[in-house]
Amino acid sequence: MPAVRVCPATGRTIHRQAELLVRFNAVVAVVALLIGAIAALLLVLTRWQAVHLLPAEWYYRLLGVHGMNMLIFFIIFFEMAVLWFAATVLLNARPAAPRFGWVNFGLMVVGALIVEWTQFTGRADVLFTSYPPLKAHPLYYLGIILFAVGALLVTAQFFATLVIAKREKTYEGSMPLVVYGAVTAAIIAVITLIHGALIYIPTFLWSIGVIESIDPQVYRMIWWALGHSSQQINVAAMVAIWYMLGALTVGSVVLNEKVSRSAFVLYIMFISMASAHHLLVDPGFSPAWKIVNTSYFMYMAVLASMVHGFTVPAGMELGMRLRGFNDGLFGWLRRAPWGDPGFSSLVFSVVVFGFVGGITGVTLGTEQINIIAHNTMRIPGHFHSTVVSGTALAFMGATYYLLPLIFRRKVAFWKLAKVQPYLFAGGLLLLVMGMTFAGSFGVPRRHWDISFSQAPFDVPFNPAVDIFLAMMGIGGIIAVTGALAFILIAVTSVFFGETVTEFPRGAEIRGIPQGLTNPPVHPANVDELSAALHAPERGFAGATPGTLVLVGVFLLAFILYYFTNWKLLSFLWKIG
Amino acid sequence: MLTKVHTGLEPVPGIWWRPAHKAEKIWVGIAFAWCMVLFAMMPLWHYRGGQNPAGVRTRVDPKAFYARTVEFANQYKIAEDRGIPIVQPPPGADVYLVGTTFSWYPILQLQAGKEYMLHLSSADVNHGFSLFPMNINFQIVPGYDYALRVTPTTAGDFRIVCNEFCGIGHHTMVGRVIVVDESGSTVADNAKATLKNGGAP
Repeated sequence: MPAVRVCPATGRTIHRQAELLVRFNAVVAVVALLIGAIAALLLVLTRWQAVHLLPAEWYYRLLGVHGMNMLIFFIIFFEMAVLWFAATVLLNARPAAPRFGWVNFGLMVVGALIVEWTQFTGRADVLFTSYPPLKAHPLYYLGIILFAVGALLVTAQFFATLVIAKREKTYEGSMPLVVYGAVTAAIIAVITLIHGALIYIPTFLWSIGVIESIDPQVYRMIWWALGHSSQQINVAAMVAIWYMLGALTVGSVVLNEKVSRSAFVLYIMFISMASAHHLLVDPGFSPAWKIVNTSYFMYMAVLASMVHGFTVPAGMELGMRLRGFNDGLFGWLRRAPWGDPGFSSLVFSVVVFGFVGGITGVTLGTEQINIIAHNTMRIPGHFHSTVVSGTALAFMGATYYLLPLIFRRKVAFWKLAKVQPYLFAGGLLLLVMGMTFAGSFGVPRRHWDISFSQAPFDVPFNPAVDIFLAMMGIGGIIAVTGALAFILIAVTSVFFGETVTEFPRGAEIRGIPQGLTNPPVHPANVDELSAALHAPERGFAGATPGTLVLVGVFLLAFILYYFTNWKLLSFLWKIG
Repeated sequence: MLTKVHTGLEPVPGIWWRPAHKAEKIWVGIAFAWCMVLFAMMPLWHYRGGQNPAGVRTRVDPKAFYARTVEFANQYKIAEDRGIPIVQPPPGADVYLVGTTFSWYPILQLQAGKEYMLHLSSADVNHGFSLFPMNINFQIVPGYDYALRVTPTTAGDFRIVCNEFCGIGHHTMVGRVIVVDESGSTVADNAKATLKNGGAP
């Protein structure tokens, strides 16, 4: 095997070692996704009170397994693949110390296996958060530490690769916006993983008896600086993938580098304060601390997301208009490649993350409104719309392009691949709404039996709750089906897929997304066309009127949901 | 033209710090203004709103808190339900409630419209205080006394569900709070609608 090849679709230089690191990380990520998805199915079938499948012990155990595999192993292995991809392929650079990359990959795999073993053998029935004084087997904490150290070192290699690319002048000018987003994710990852070390190392020492006790409140604060901030790695990586998929599928353009990059900088500066979202009704913190932190210092990270929420669809709109799809307000959207799973994943990821995840997240993270949301099912309702239909779906969309580009395989079961994003997003939307509505009635999260059959007092939930839990159950089954379809497609393509050697222009080939054979190229006079679209006589809506309408609807929904929750809060007892 | 048209996959030659287009500027302005509204609402609610997770927060030894709660229960005990004392403190009193795996101690009987100082803590691990069917939720952390000024505004027979995982028996952890109106009845106007059928506030 030669150490370097040239990509037939994009003309980029791809280094063999980097390609292998991307592949192996992505494959392990999919294995973790499989374990997490099977656990997910069993969990929704238990929380759907009419089915109530698992015994209590296994419900709590698999809840921990589900959390670890989805939020940590699947996502972080995939992010390692994204980092290697962004630093080497997108910058035409060689990877820094690839052998060391394999050591770190090994460290992460070993750590993950140790964690799985302790969880499945019942040595770590402490759920994902492992709040002390609940105590797990010492190896559980050690496994997480090994995994985190491996991930941290890969992040260091990512930065080293950036230095190599700059020094060897593999690109001109400033790095592409997508890589800039990946750098953002990597910097947040460093902040996050340091917090992980700060909390898991003392907790490990406590579990083996070296330290006498861990303050439960301090643990909650530092743990969530890992637990929530790691979701912000996902946000940054996801937004970077939005820009990438937009460019690959519809020729998205970057409206303004200054605006998009500044938004990424806002993420770095403020997003790590999100630990406070979990501590709003905790006894250890003053209202002033809670307000400043939960709002990311005056909502500066929310501002960043609202900026991306505009620039990503507007970039798609302008990209389409510049390619001649210029009819009416939404002609660009109607005539977009909806059969391309890369594109449909992108759209659903943006829409569900923004409309459902973003709006519920800000609302639930409001100091006082948290009183009617903390530890209810509204919380998993929120984060399944961000991290699953947002991040995981964006990663799936990216995979449909990585398969031919990096694995050099056709996407297997092409027809199934085309509907997979619809299935996954649709199921999740049902699941999320079911959870959110059930949570509004006070149904607790992480709870085996809300019929309270073994409790001393009855808790007669409103019968509507049963309907919402059924909605969650059915949505969960559909979403897991979507996830399993993705796994089937990815695994079959990687191991048994048809090899791709070239991407003939203009051809429509089963198993190759349209963006690769019919790349969304802008006409030669694109700068003139763009100037014409931005002409002052077109008014302030300028080149992207459709997106302005969409973000207007978004803002209206946001305002309505936010103030409805304040109104609901005002009906409660007086508390202060 | 401000910058050459390009995608997010291409490196950007030269200086990219250029003025944004009008539509983008307008949206950033609107988003910033909305963020300021979001921020202002929280301090505002502390001054004008009736529900704030403020209270008085102190560190406490879990054993001492448990002992204080038992003392409180013995002082104001009026009856018993399933072996748990029903405790009726006078309005304005310091009221203690402790979570232990897997029960709440004691059962509180409060008067509607009167203010109490409700002290919440745990004797062992983290618990979650979730008042059903009001859907009022607080985190209970061992070693910390969360004292909240509470005025029950509605009479009724309420439940406390534990909503923080505290062990394999977590789902059996349910407590009780009774709120009586001036006539001494627990049945308020809203009880038929909310508690009998269960429901959201």
